[in-house]
Amino acid sequence: MIGLGILNGMAVTLRNFIGSYFENDRLITVQYPEERDPLPENYRNFPFLVFDTDDAEAGLRCVACKICEKECPPQCILIVKSEDKKPDYLSKPQFYPRVFDIDISVCMSCQICVEVCPFEAIKMDKVFELSRRERFGGLLMHKDRLAKSNTYYHQIHPLEAAEVDSRLAEAAEAKKKKT
Amino acid sequence: MTANTQTLELPGMTSRIDGELLEVSMGPQHPSTHGVFRMNVALEGEIVRKLKPVFGYLHRNHEKIGENASYLGSMPYTDRLDYFCSMTNNWAYALTVEKLAGIEVPERAEYLRVILAELTRLQNHASLLGFLLSDMGAWGTPLMYAFREREKILDLFESLSGSRMMCDYMRFGGCRVDPGPDWMERAKKIVKAFPRFLDEFERLIVSNEILVARTQEIGKLSAELAIDAGITGPMLRASGVNYDIRKVDGYGFYPRFKFRVPLGDHGDCYDRMMMRVLEMRESIEILHQAFEQIPAGPVVNPKVKIRAFKPPAGEAYGRIEGPKGELGFYLISDGSANPYRYRVRPPSFINLTILEDMCLGHTVADVMVILGSVDIVMGEVDR
Repeated sequence: MIGLGILNGMAVTLRNFIGSYFENDRLITVQYPEERDPLPENYRNFPFLVFDTDDAEAGLRCVACKICEKECPPQCILIVKSEDKKPDYLSKPQFYPRVFDIDISVCMSCQICVEVCPFEAIKMDKVFELSRRERFGGLLMHKDRLAKSNTYYHQIHPLEAAEVDSRLAEAAEAKKKKT
Repeated sequence: MTANTQTLELPGMTSRIDGELLEVSMGPQHPSTHGVFRMNVALEGEIVRKLKPVFGYLHRNHEKIGENASYLGSMPYTDRLDYFCSMTNNWAYALTVEKLAGIEVPERAEYLRVILAELTRLQNHASLLGFLLSDMGAWGTPLMYAFREREKILDLFESLSGSRMMCDYMRFGGCRVDPGPDWMERAKKIVKAFPRFLDEFERLIVSNEILVARTQEIGKLSAELAIDAGITGPMLRASGVNYDIRKVDGYGFYPRFKFRVPLGDHGDCYDRMMMRVLEMRESIEILHQAFEQIPAGPVVNPKVKIRAFKPPAGEAYGRIEGPKGELGFYLISDGSANPYRYRVRPPSFINLTILEDMCLGHTVADVMVILGSVDIVMGEVDR
């Protein structure tokens, strides 16, 4: 019978409409920004630099080895190496980045910098509400804005950060035994 | 030749008294062209007499970038080819590099890849059906239902890889992170609930008289023409050609799964649409089997270097059955850190070449339906 198919479709629509009041599965939208879905542990957005202790300058894990700068596919990282050295977390004297810039308007959140970093110094952030009024300067992140504490890292990626910490502690232990 | 100044040559093919055809430029800013795609159409009344696709608006030099980037550095760019199915793009690229460098993939990673590829197929086909109906004038409702289901699968991708669409998940010799048991449970639940959506969606559309009238006998594609033009994927199978790379090549662990390849009969828009529904049902079968069989173990081959990865000199072509058709990557290595030649064989682009043959003699309104049933993504067509 002509028209039966349309009526059948209408019945589906009606069921979805009424069902959306009772079943979360049938809901389509979340009323952002009042409601927010929690971000998953693995969520990644833009990179930041991790520092230990309370001092963003002295505790910075980055040793300016420039591997991330080289591997970054869209080439959004700029590092200028220091001339002098400062002690790292194993109190071994290391270079540090005099300039560390990431242009996050170019960054494509691929996480390759995190994977290639041998010093666990660069990690992915979860902040995503980053719109700025300025066209160029606002999204060019300098070292002071990129540096975030290990405590913050623990807050956003609890499981991953714990794993990283245990790996670093192991490395420190192994080094102690050697000397 | 500049693509934007192309005009149509209009020979005397009209039955109008004044002998003129109306030339219309559809797109690139058109809601139904699935991105920035333009068609120069010559109309006689409402009937299409000539059609010339114009593309290149989204060209971003993908292949040249791939030749200047390291092998791993191209991986995130492959996400942006067909941004609906980044997981299958990743797999195709990883497969090619693994072939080139002779890398073994652990068993768990192979199963994971099958699971993710089939989930991708589910969400791609679901959203395609929504778009297709929206092209036909069913604004909103079916598209929203399809996107609701797609969003559940994208949430899975997000919690696994960190990003909904730009997953960048596969690595040479495996996958990046191991999904925990929680993730598996969630995925199983979503796959189990998926047939309910399919049943509902079928009831919504299949017997609908308007939809039948708009799709049956529209945009017919014969099997011979489809084979000659190199069409692959659901479009080829809708014309009745039994060709599925999952069966033909048996890449990954696909030979271990039992599934059927649905085939169409008429090769019209209706067949192409139903092909997607049937393929989704088969994907669910594969997913159930994969969830049962997946073993524990490592997800990535530890021998593969992540920094300074250099495959030996040689060439390789890897292909998989993507949701849209045969997705292939061709790589030539000269032993250095970046490929000498990097070529993509995109399914949407080659499936689109047949557009004029399918559209001639149909009305303007049907052109949108035919284009929708081809299933294109401009990110992949223009590269």
